[in-house]
Amino acid sequence: MSREDYEVVIGLEVHAELATKTKIFCSCPTEFGGEPNTHCCPICMALPGTLPVLNEKVVEYAVRAGLATNCEIEQNSKNDRKNYFYPDLPKAYQISQYDRPLCKRGSIEIENEKGEKRTIRITRIHIEEDAGKLNHDEFGGGSLVDLNRAGVPLIEIVSEPDIRSSVEAENYLRKLKSILEYIEVSDCKMQEGSLRADVNVSVRKKGETKLGTRTEMKNMNSFRSIVRGIEYEIDRQIDLIEDGGVVEQETLRWDDVSGRTFSMRDKEDAQDYRYFPDPDLVAIRLSDEYIENIRKSLPELPESRRERYIEEYKLTEREANLLTASKYLSNLFESTTSICGNAKAACNWILSDISRILNEREMEPNEIPFTSDHLAELIALIEKGTISSAIAKKVLEELFENPNKPSKIIEEKGWIQISDEGAIREVVLKVLQATPQSVADFKAGKEKAIGFLVGQAMKETKGKANPQMLNKMFVEEINKM
Amino acid sequence: MEIYELTVHELLEKLYKKEITKEEILTSYQNRINEKEKDVQAFVTITEEEAKEQFKKVQEGNNTSKLAGIPIGIKDNICTKGIKTTCASKMLENFVSPYDATVMDKINAEGMVTLGKLNMDEFAMGGSTEHSYFKKTKNPWNLNKVPGGSSGGSAAAVAAGMVPWALGSDTGGSIRQPASFCGIVGLKPTYGLVSRFGLVAFASSLDQIGTLTKDVEDSALLLNVIAGHDEKDSTSAAKEKEDYTKALKNDVKGLKIGVPKEYFGEGINEEVKASIEKVIEKYRELGATVEECSLDVADYALATYYIIACAEASSNLGRFDGIRYGYRTKNYENLKDIYRNSRSEGFGAEVKRRIILGTYVLSSGYYDAYYKKAQQVRTLVKNEFARNFEKYDVILTPTASNVAFDIGSKINDPLEMYLADLCTVPVNIAGLPGISVPCGLNSEKMPIGFQLIGKPFAESTILNAAYTYEQNTDFKKNKPEFKN
Ligand SMILES: [Zn+2]
Repeated sequence: MSREDYEVVIGLEVHAELATKTKIFCSCPTEFGGEPNTHCCPICMALPGTLPVLNEKVVEYAVRAGLATNCEIEQNSKNDRKNYFYPDLPKAYQISQYDRPLCKRGSIEIENEKGEKRTIRITRIHIEEDAGKLNHDEFGGGSLVDLNRAGVPLIEIVSEPDIRSSVEAENYLRKLKSILEYIEVSDCKMQEGSLRADVNVSVRKKGETKLGTRTEMKNMNSFRSIVRGIEYEIDRQIDLIEDGGVVEQETLRWDDVSGRTFSMRDKEDAQDYRYFPDPDLVAIRLSDEYIENIRKSLPELPESRRERYIEEYKLTEREANLLTASKYLSNLFESTTSICGNAKAACNWILSDISRILNEREMEPNEIPFTSDHLAELIALIEKGTISSAIAKKVLEELFENPNKPSKIIEEKGWIQISDEGAIREVVLKVLQATPQSVADFKAGKEKAIGFLVGQAMKETKGKANPQMLNKMFVEEINKM
Repeated sequence: MEIYELTVHELLEKLYKKEITKEEILTSYQNRINEKEKDVQAFVTITEEEAKEQFKKVQEGNNTSKLAGIPIGIKDNICTKGIKTTCASKMLENFVSPYDATVMDKINAEGMVTLGKLNMDEFAMGGSTEHSYFKKTKNPWNLNKVPGGSSGGSAAAVAAGMVPWALGSDTGGSIRQPASFCGIVGLKPTYGLVSRFGLVAFASSLDQIGTLTKDVEDSALLLNVIAGHDEKDSTSAAKEKEDYTKALKNDVKGLKIGVPKEYFGEGINEEVKASIEKVIEKYRELGATVEECSLDVADYALATYYIIACAEASSNLGRFDGIRYGYRTKNYENLKDIYRNSRSEGFGAEVKRRIILGTYVLSSGYYDAYYKKAQQVRTLVKNEFARNFEKYDVILTPTASNVAFDIGSKINDPLEMYLADLCTVPVNIAGLPGISVPCGLNSEKMPIGFQLIGKPFAESTILNAAYTYEQNTDFKKNKPEFKN
């Protein structure tokens, strides 16, 4: 049998750090970074006698996330203790939610590799606290505990095993990320670990209704490793079954360097977390009015923005999809368009050059240092013929380095387009003299030769010459010859 | 009368009349500690110099509170900034809290002076104070007897006149039972009336800080200081402040008292029983109506209590893992060793017994049969009390079924020791206020106490009932003899 004879079943448990200013049970800042153990207090360090007090913002943010993913909201929820020992867990229990999560039975829509719509069901969303961090001394001096992250609020979003491929898994996660960004409950910075996923993978023969044994890859924090990890696991599990073996239920660690998974046998056999309701905290009771107020305050979600872009700005479905995938890019687009009035140009700049630079520099859209005013001005400068699009690209690079008004940049750098007829004619004549072959080619009917000539002239002027004028003048001069 | 024999309200009266000075009060108590501590062994830490320093600051700071300069003793599971908080455990032998418990903030704001930290059963687990890692506290009435527990150091220190009053904590009777054993007044407030922030947790849903005092008026006075809502404790009740001293009317006419028959069956000591019957007579004489009632679920309360308390303790004590503070074993090669050996060596036998019990009742497969069932019984106990409170204003029981026992006589029989909590645990399970009041001595001159239980937040009612009894009897005058 081959891979085509198997069906892949994937479920994701996504952890997103909430963007509240303070931690979930104390008033320490949630800010990333800082010297070890400087963002903590007796409460999040679990000193004897301390008690947690639930940050109400955390509940609000989780309810937002629940409503944005079509969940039912539990009006009578509670916090439970999950007991286990680990040095990054100072209380020896994590305050989480066990049998009454804040949100349950939701779903989101994604597209699969064939462009078909798929509904991925969400089992539950619950709130919990993050653990601290262990810094292992590379020189064998032991490990040091940093509790800056301990008590940072998280939501865990658990999907049903509805995902059928690595592409669907990636699309699901991208969609989730964009929703969380839109509703401003998490900044979803994957490199900082504020969005990470545990990925459950199993395979079964097509037509089989029983689920296969699953393995779980813990703490994946890039789209690329999630896709690679899933592909690796699918192959490994199918090979194992084809060879007559059985998949063991286990927790795995994905290693990006070697491109394979490793069993995490050291992580204890079967843990019994001894969940029970936290007696230090009171029940979380939410009124209809509270939930409705949050529902009313939800911003426009990507789905509806997408429709609007196609309708209002005449963007293609692909363009609308790409723009709305990131709230920051989408906001940049709308704001730029409202200033310069040229939706097509704004869309093109964002989806091509800006996205390319973000990729090259491994930056998140929200790290773009310039504003929509800058981008709108850049587009206007091209329209007015003040700069060529070649120069505009250089201005954009400069905007990423030292954000400033584009008109200032081109002035300082001396990049203003040469539109002076005399100056341009001088360059044209110089180029024609240097490349007699091209002149001959053009005369022989090779229209493309004009492109070469314009390119030479651009080189000569460091890209500053007005390309339309060059074109026109080359034809004129050659015809005169 | 010596200064150290006076109640706090008597001290305040004499200060007002300028018959004594605050310096004399401090000196009298500190001298008494120096004289009696070697016999009673009530303190884990005596803060002689710190107290003098604190006293000086209070005097210079012109604190206008009438309690400024009045000494107090603190149970050693209440966090005190800069002074060791050991919970009488090797695990926290050298632990100094960087912050003050909310009750300490209140005590300090009044300008009261902490004379030291008082001995207890390790992590408040026990009823005799024999489970302290450091020392065995003696009962001032008879030095061969236990003072009760777990707030045994607090009770013994008050009874011996080493502190005028003290704070304790009560999870299943840990204030009321030692108060009864030492012949003083012990008040456990309604769950949520006093902030638990800074009280090292034993069983979070049962723990409550309360007072150990020489008489009822002092209880009301000290409760006025420590009661009140605290944002740092989610389980603290948002209640208006009350002046409990105003409730002391010396009048119980028309008060309806219920006496559950279940507490007078097998197992109760005859002398205790006779003494309680006299209390009932007294209340009738004073114009209250007293009727027999029933608390059917009382039989299940003890089992329920030990399941819930141990379950919560097993989780609460997880943080003592040898990683960040407290005792760490010297004997380890890996992380597992640190956990296992630090906890094996740092905790005493009783604490380990309860952690194991608690871990068991929460573990998968047993949760429903034990923990969940216990929570259901807890609801029944609450309902049973509520049903009785439809008819009665207070419920009266013995505080303990017997007087203080000999040191060492029950240490090897945990079950027997657990039975000593029979009368007091239902109050914690239902979260109600309870007070123990002295009502005489037995033939061996050991104190007997009775308990009054009130509706939630009806501290005023039980304080007045206790006060009225006290004002119309002479038992308050009994003084311990430090018999050998
Ligand atoms: Zn903190």
